Amino acid sequence: MTDCLVVDDSRVIRKVARRILEGLGFAVSEAGDGSEALAECGRHMPGLVLLDWNMPVMNGLEFLQQLRASNGGDRPIVVFCTTENDLDHIQAALQAGADEYIMKPFDSEIIEAKLQSVGLL
Amino acid sequence: MSPGDFQFLADLLKLRSGLVLAADKGYLVESRLLPVARQRGLDGLAALVAGLRKRDEALTRAVVEAMTTNESFFFRDTTPFETFRSYVLPQLLASRAAARRIRIWSAAASTGQEPYSLAMLMAEEKARLAGWRVEIVGTDISAEVLTRARAGLYTQFEAQRGLPIKLLVKYFQKEGDQWRIAPELRAMVQFRELNLLEDFSALGRFDVVFCRNVLIYFDQATKSTVLDRIASRLPEDGMLLLGAAETVLGLTDRFRPVKDRRGLYETNRAKAA
Ligand SMILES: C[S@@+](CC[C@H](N)C(=O)[O-])C[C@H]1O[C@@H](n2cnc3c(N)ncnc32)[C@H](O)[C@@H]1O
Repeated sequence: MTDCLVVDDSRVIRKVARRILEGLGFAVSEAGDGSEALAECGRHMPGLVLLDWNMPVMNGLEFLQQLRASNGGDRPIVVFCTTENDLDHIQAALQAGADEYIMKPFDSEIIEAKLQSVGLL
Repeated sequence: MSPGDFQFLADLLKLRSGLVLAADKGYLVESRLLPVARQRGLDGLAALVAGLRKRDEALTRAVVEAMTTNESFFFRDTTPFETFRSYVLPQLLASRAAARRIRIWSAAASTGQEPYSLAMLMAEEKARLAGWRVEIVGTDISAEVLTRARAGLYTQFEAQRGLPIKLLVKYFQKEGDQWRIAPELRAMVQFRELNLLEDFSALGRFDVVFCRNVLIYFDQATKSTVLDRIASRLPEDGMLLLGAAETVLGLTDRFRPVKDRRGLYETNRAKAA
């Protein structure tokens, strides 16, 4: 079973994402911003990170850059999940090492299809 | 809806599009056909069926189209496209090396996701396909979905369903909240209106046919004839890909499953006409 870290400052979104991901067989943990997420990854590197962009303290892009530069941080599959839906943001995410990108609003079908396309399902 | 009207409608749909309308599909008929009636100023389904009984051809087409299920998404089920890329295409590159031409038919193209997925797949292989002519033909019975397919414009939801982000960025342009397929991909696909129940020999021959998630709506006899007629459009080494819930088994001996390749069928040479 793959473990997934859901990083989003919205408790509601984390809850929705958790429900979908647990339904797909993932073990889910949560973080409310990028620095919490980095700390969590330091304790235990997940197989999958579902990552919001706009968050207080440390945003998703900064988190991703630091994650990829860290020890073992190249391993997790990182899927952005954000309301930012223009090409510039998507390109920047890919450049920073994102594997997939979901534009909110999302639903279980989109998550499932995206995780299929990165080979996790 | 009266039982007589329902039966008339079921017979008409079966005859015109092959659709088998089960007796418990009353709710589906209402939700799909009430808007058609309303749009034409007809007062309810009885008035609509009365129009059909008078052989109103425009109304008949609208009803047939409204009853089709057009759901589709990019790289649907993944496996058939992976099978095409890793198994079918290498064979074609060898066997068609002299003519350097590949023709693919998406036989129930709906709003275009299937033929455009194939176009993207072929574009990703362009190093191996330099100097080759690739033709993708998408057909469907519904003029309405073909209009959308030709436009190649997808909502954010549609664009995310099955489409890897790298391909979205590479082959689509953003237009407002929507995403439009790039002109060079659009140019790889031709769309034509075509009813699978009618003669399709005018389309010419194809090396590969994707006929996915349409046979499920037909009865056994219709499935058999359509499959036999598709076989006649294929050369001896032609291949067929069906949807996840479809098979040729028990329907035709002109195709046989390819071992360990789910959804892929090859023409049965011994039985070729
Ligand atoms: C569910 S979609 C399948 C789209 C695509 N092949 C896929 O698998 O995602 C089925 C399509 O078959 C078309 N269709 C239904 N009856 C047909 C017929 N008799 N001839 C041609 N197309 C038909 C419908 O209009 C609809 O667009």
